[in-house]
Amino acid sequence: MQTTPSRFDAEPQSPSRGATIGKGVSITGQIFSREDLIIDGEIDGTIEAHEHKITIGPNGKVKAGIKAKEIVVIGSVQGNVEASDKIDIRKDARLVGDIKTARISIEDGAMFKGSIDIVRTEAPKPIAKPQPISVPAPAQSIAASAGSDTKR
Amino acid sequence: MANPFKALMRAVKGSGDPDASLRPARPAARPLPVAPPVRQTVFPPPHTRPSPALQQFVRSLDTDKQLRLLDLGGANAANIHFMTQLGPRLYSEDFFATLEDCFGDGDYYENQRDPARVDSFLIQTFSEQRGPFDGALVWDCLQFLRPSLLDKTIDHLHRILEPGAHLLAYFYADERAQTIPQFNFKINDEGSLVIAQRSEMPPGQVFTNRNIERLFEDFSSTKFFLSRDNMREVLVRR
Repeated sequence: MQTTPSRFDAEPQSPSRGATIGKGVSITGQIFSREDLIIDGEIDGTIEAHEHKITIGPNGKVKAGIKAKEIVVIGSVQGNVEASDKIDIRKDARLVGDIKTARISIEDGAMFKGSIDIVRTEAPKPIAKPQPISVPAPAQSIAASAGSDTKR
Repeated sequence: MANPFKALMRAVKGSGDPDASLRPARPAARPLPVAPPVRQTVFPPPHTRPSPALQQFVRSLDTDKQLRLLDLGGANAANIHFMTQLGPRLYSEDFFATLEDCFGDGDYYENQRDPARVDSFLIQTFSEQRGPFDGALVWDCLQFLRPSLLDKTIDHLHRILEPGAHLLAYFYADERAQTIPQFNFKINDEGSLVIAQRSEMPPGQVFTNRNIERLFEDFSSTKFFLSRDNMREVLVRR
């Protein structure tokens, strides 16, 4: 027997856009996401998306600790934020809390209160090959990319 | 149904509008209020200036240690990038945003007399900070506080700074100015800043060299750097 597709199946889901919490939605509790997440509502709790990007939209009001690969703040966040890759704080955003990240970008007009801890990720070391002559290796510098992607 | 003749008679007698009886009565027309002309404030474009005080401040930092710096000027990418590359952990505090939150509704300086507002301001600005700090970038923030609040703010800065730590502040040098510019300070390199005017306000008080020295009398030293652009750079050692 052939089944008719429900109206929720009618539109193919775009895997690249991720999930959205709309501006009429309010959530208290923990959110774990395995895809990119856009938050335009109110969240009170914790948000984690370790391999993905979290965007706090212009209407988003978040009172939560956030952990993700990349975090974009356009709305308001109160809580500590930790991004393994990058944090982007846009104009008119409001962030009160501590930041831990490898790279940060902050636009003029954004309001931020808290500490900034730039985590310097060391470049992966090449596999050592046996060398016939021992030559002193040049001193390896700390990854220069940390914090270098900032906007001026 | 309206009588067209009566309407015509009223028009002849001077009511001026033959259809007036067909519409509900209106209050007499008043002249429209004239909106004041909008004055666009145009500030000078951002410019780069040397800053010997910044240079001394940066050179005073012992980057071999895990330092903690306080920046009261609000976060900007240039300062975060410069300071974190040197190694310190940066604590950013948006002093002007907090001033605006606490005193911005109504008379700004009169509100600074209100003890409840003052307490709220000091708690928001200093209590959440995890001092002690090894340096403080205060920029031009202190100029916009009335004397009593300024003294309390300096006391808090003294309390949260480590002995030997430096504080970098700027004061507008024209003591007769009714209003003074308020700037955004962005570190360009170790010895220069890009400054951009963001507003203009009356100062909280007149700042002479003597006043500034007296302000920091509990600190161990105060060093002045004069420049051509009406800015006094002050480097204070805790």
